[in-house]
Amino acid sequence: MISMARYFLRRTLQSVIIAWGVLTITFFIIHLAPGDPTSLYIRPDIDPETISNIRRQMGLDQALWQQYLLWLKQFASGNFGISFVHNRPVTDILGEAIPNTLQLTGTVFLLQLILGINLGVLMALKYGSRTDKAINAILLFFYSVPGFWLALMAIMVFSLRLMWLPSSQMQSLSLEGQGLVLFWDRLRHLVLPAAVLSIPFSAYTARFVRSSLVDVLQQDYIRTARAYGLRPARLLFKYALRNALLPTITLLGLYLPFLLGGAVITEQIFAWPGIGKLTINAVFTHDFPLILASTFITAMAVVIGNQISDMLYALIDPRIRLLNEQG
Amino acid sequence: MNSAEPAILIESIPNIIPEKKLRGSLKLGLLLMVVLAAVVTLGPLLVEHSPTDQGDLLTERYLAPSPEHPFGTDKFARDVFSRVLNGGRISLIIALSVVLLSMTIGLAYGTIAGYAGGIVDAFMMRFLDFLLAFPAVFLTITVIALFDMNHWYLIPILSLTGWMESARIVRAETLSLKEREFILATKALGYSHARILVKHIMPNALGPVIVAATFKVGEIILLESALSFFGLGVQPPDASWGNIIQDGRHVLFRAWWISTFPGLFILLAVTSVNLVGEKLQSLFTSVWK
Repeated sequence: MISMARYFLRRTLQSVIIAWGVLTITFFIIHLAPGDPTSLYIRPDIDPETISNIRRQMGLDQALWQQYLLWLKQFASGNFGISFVHNRPVTDILGEAIPNTLQLTGTVFLLQLILGINLGVLMALKYGSRTDKAINAILLFFYSVPGFWLALMAIMVFSLRLMWLPSSQMQSLSLEGQGLVLFWDRLRHLVLPAAVLSIPFSAYTARFVRSSLVDVLQQDYIRTARAYGLRPARLLFKYALRNALLPTITLLGLYLPFLLGGAVITEQIFAWPGIGKLTINAVFTHDFPLILASTFITAMAVVIGNQISDMLYALIDPRIRLLNEQG
Repeated sequence: MNSAEPAILIESIPNIIPEKKLRGSLKLGLLLMVVLAAVVTLGPLLVEHSPTDQGDLLTERYLAPSPEHPFGTDKFARDVFSRVLNGGRISLIIALSVVLLSMTIGLAYGTIAGYAGGIVDAFMMRFLDFLLAFPAVFLTITVIALFDMNHWYLIPILSLTGWMESARIVRAETLSLKEREFILATKALGYSHARILVKHIMPNALGPVIVAATFKVGEIILLESALSFFGLGVQPPDASWGNIIQDGRHVLFRAWWISTFPGLFILLAVTSVNLVGEKLQSLFTSVWK
């Protein structure tokens, strides 16, 4: 267990270094870019004096390294600054957006897990058969389809033509209901974005589960269990699946960057008020504090996700723990 | 055979898919790829409308698909068919260039790390882990948007953010290669490290690189089209699959054809590339093992 703690410490130190690296690189990229956030405020009726005041207020008049140090200090103390565009603390804005993104990505993760595991198990049990091949061919389409196009096609068919589901936002603007009515309304808004974003992930998961289960089913202890005359259902659920599905936990860490990247696209198209949509808008409006903070949060989510899945893997699989003790 | 108890049967299944069948689907994928590449390279020379020529804005906007305009026209009365073919050309050029560049970087980095071994290898791999942990998509978006770049910049940017996985694969391959007799023989003959690396290790590490490169083509087509869709890649009036889909985004009801057709082309291109990648992968692993 001591080695586990050391492993944890080392991984945490790595994460901190990566976080600092991401912050620094993002900082210099956006400050070296041409164009100034104050250009947004330039209108014929604003005099240069006001502009330079705004620049001073934002700290843009100082030398780059001064800005960098000041901003690192603020960041370390949890102060993400004031958004140039929204004119509100970045923390507040992110605080509103993050739960929405979590709601979307969380649903997507569960959805793709359910679909992926079921398809994967089905394929493994019918390994090499026509069913296996047919599902495999469908999965090929699943991860080859451009997500943003699929989203538009889904809107075209289900929102515009059939008018079954809403095409944007998290809930109806005019809705005044509460409780079940509100829940139902939100659920209807969640269906299309979540379904579209789940498609590629369910394909990866299905293939992962398939090969993992096929491996397990060919192992000696399964043969032994069969020789003892265990019923296939019991064999599958009690002995095979448990070992085949454990590694899927680590997929969460692997998926996180892609989930968040996918959320950028999906949120933009479905006008889902999450961190992805916020970041894209911030980039287009040169809203420095908001870009920095949301890039940082996303990077951290990815780093922490990776760390958690590594640790889980080490906990689950003693062989990996052993490797770490040696190295 | 009792299909209700399939778990029982798993053992009787052959481990390797027959090579003949594999080659069949590989051929299908390759054929699709070649046809598509031919259509987008030669097609623009054959169509009668130019991709950027505007028709009569009063009478020829949003025309539905017809023999004259197979994919209809857009809001500037331009021929969508011609735009899709031309857009495909740009998308494929970008994807192929990125793959060529990133695979070259990956091949060099991976072979050097694997061949050098020891501290150099450890350091190079830690650095790789560090790079892999970066949220590449966010940084790419930020760089392209803030620096106001045109689409040719996509090639270096996407290459620099996309070579890491291939470096890993190549390194693993190099580690096993350098223990083989023929590499030991080159050392015994006193060849220089550079010569061993370039002439003997790199060519033999190409197999897995080709597989990775094939998948990468599909990945970059998807990424480039998404960036162009958001106005961060190929800029209008130049056409690309992504930005044509953007053109149709707000007229999905009135003119479904504008967004639908370029998307189908992306789907077809990426599917055929991935099909080839998958088959190459199983072919290579069945040959190697």
